Amino acid sequence: MSRQGYVELGKQMTAATSPITRLMWRFPPYRWSIVLMKRLGVTGRTAVIAMPYLWLLLFFLVPFVFVLKISLAEALIARPPYSPLIEWSEETYLTIRLNIANFLFLIEDDLYWKAYLNSIKIAGISTLFCLFIGYPMAYAMAKATPSTRNVLLMLVILPFWTSFLLRVYAWIGILKNNGLINNILMGLGVIDEPIVMMQTDFAVYVGIVYSYLPFMILPLYANLERLDNSLLEAASDLGCPPTKAFLSITLPLSLSGIIAGCLLVFIPAVGEFVIPALLGGPDTLMIGRVLWDEFFSNRDWPVASAVAIAVLLLLVVPMMLFQKFQAKEAEGQT
Amino acid sequence: MEQSSHSGSGLEPWNDPDAKPYVRIDGVTKKFGEFVAVDNVSLDVYRNELFCLLGGSGCGKSTLLRILAGFESASMGKIYIDDVDMEGIPPYERPVNMMFQSYALFPHMNVEKNVAFGLKQDGLNKAEIAKRVADMLALVQLEPFARRKPHQLSGGQRQRVALARSLVKKPKLLLLDEPLGALDKKLREETQFELVNIQEQTGITFIVVTHDQEEAMTLSSRIGVMNNGEIVQKGTPSQIYEYPASRFVADFIGSVNIFQGRVVEDEADYVRITSSEAGCPLYIDHGVSTVAGAQVWVAIRPEKMTVSKEKPASEDNCTHGTIDEIAYMGDLSVYHVLLDSKKRVRVTIPNLTRTGSGRFTWDEKVYLSWQGSSGVVLTS
Repeated sequence: MSRQGYVELGKQMTAATSPITRLMWRFPPYRWSIVLMKRLGVTGRTAVIAMPYLWLLLFFLVPFVFVLKISLAEALIARPPYSPLIEWSEETYLTIRLNIANFLFLIEDDLYWKAYLNSIKIAGISTLFCLFIGYPMAYAMAKATPSTRNVLLMLVILPFWTSFLLRVYAWIGILKNNGLINNILMGLGVIDEPIVMMQTDFAVYVGIVYSYLPFMILPLYANLERLDNSLLEAASDLGCPPTKAFLSITLPLSLSGIIAGCLLVFIPAVGEFVIPALLGGPDTLMIGRVLWDEFFSNRDWPVASAVAIAVLLLLVVPMMLFQKFQAKEAEGQT
Repeated sequence: MEQSSHSGSGLEPWNDPDAKPYVRIDGVTKKFGEFVAVDNVSLDVYRNELFCLLGGSGCGKSTLLRILAGFESASMGKIYIDDVDMEGIPPYERPVNMMFQSYALFPHMNVEKNVAFGLKQDGLNKAEIAKRVADMLALVQLEPFARRKPHQLSGGQRQRVALARSLVKKPKLLLLDEPLGALDKKLREETQFELVNIQEQTGITFIVVTHDQEEAMTLSSRIGVMNNGEIVQKGTPSQIYEYPASRFVADFIGSVNIFQGRVVEDEADYVRITSSEAGCPLYIDHGVSTVAGAQVWVAIRPEKMTVSKEKPASEDNCTHGTIDEIAYMGDLSVYHVLLDSKKRVRVTIPNLTRTGSGRFTWDEKVYLSWQGSSGVVLTS
């Protein structure tokens, strides 16, 4: 930048901008970095757009590459507990050793397949329960008067203010043999023996549905609240009774909310570790628990990393479907 | 106001005492809390009529329409359609269809499916539905767009889809809520005539709600002017325009000059009124049911006044003033004349020639005169 251009830029910065920017312009580092960015052709707009990409690169892509690297190594009893991928042997040759045995092991040992399928089963059933419980709740919220609506929205969000872990522990107190439910039922004389609920799949379902319900309700509510009431009036006017109008108008128009809610519940539920570990029994096999055991009990980092990569790849498929659906939806609305 | 030219003929069933109303609104009142949206409205609409409810925003016209459709229930009063009491009948069982102001087209269905929706609810067979949908799309000239979704259509096309969807069930009564409100001026004028033609072809009784007086005049067989939840006057467009019942109606429909005055002579076939606002004795060639000395208002439409530079022969209905403002509108020119009484009067003069000879200019002193049959006396 010429001296002339530098002076011009200085004038622009001091004339048109806020007092804070003007003050910052007096500090040489700020001034230099602005001039450097101008020289490199980086404008404010590209800087803003670059921020999320930079974030993803640093906190998603780089760790992913680390995990990928570990998954291709061999387990060692060492620190760190895996073999290096790239080695200089005798200071002359560069050797790269890629070990796909970890992935082959995942296919050979049916434990991983079973855990994965079981995770999908538990996540899928929980998602359906969330949908059937969450849809009426979201619908009622969307139909409520604005003041009640805010209260209801608050109630849905309120559990997030306490720790997730604490809320799962609270369920132990409710479900265990001498817990709240059993004590009440025995006190009333309904049952003589406590019902075993803890450390069963039932407790896992309860925990997952309870924990992830808000993620189903919120996108559904956002969608249903936007629904134009005159469409339902038009349907009614054209001879369509309310239940049928719900099926032919409300339900199809809230499909994007249903899909968003289901994916928001399903994807994290597949990888869930805390709930099956705390509420589930020893035979509740979920991929998140297998991952944990592999890392911390077996200390087999390469196999654990391979499990993580496999889970990620298998979950990318529904996510991509969701993206595609959203793009189609956005196209349809313009 | 019994001025209808051919009373009792089949064309004007409202003047025929034997004619049976098709839609009867009987003393309908609707309250929202303390607010009275519709106040004791009674109205008869006859078969094949195109009736317009005209009024400003918040006058209750849309509420009345929603009561007819069944979306709101009347706090008091009854509604009969073809002699059937509509009380307690839900919207989906009424022989009434409505065209919504927002059109309310189903965004996830294409044009064809939108139009077919109502017929499917009746459980008609596929072939019958396809035929009626095709006929309806032909009527509104939308065949090339049958497979498009609403968001792929222009405003005018959406309006026609909404019309087709509400007409296809051949309802006994079609309600239209500001049917042309969302269209631009040129398209609106074209569509007005199209709407009237479709109404004549289908023979369905229409009740249209509008705030646009021009639209109401063009479309309707009769107009009901609404204010504060009441129908203040109903009649044919010319009755409403030429014989307004009150100052509100006179002022709401078109523009008007109103002079306040006092009755001097009250005879069977004429009245004489003094008015300091007009600055001349006013002579009206119709009788008024009032007494001498009563306060009345005389309404004269801008196009019914004559402007001249020379003083006309008669003393009655002739006043004097200065031209204050001129607006050239193309087809006519609007003059604002400041009378000697400081009252401002609006006069329109058609531009008969292109050259502008004989037109008036600013600050020119002119005489305004009109016929005894031009003005109308209003008592409220």
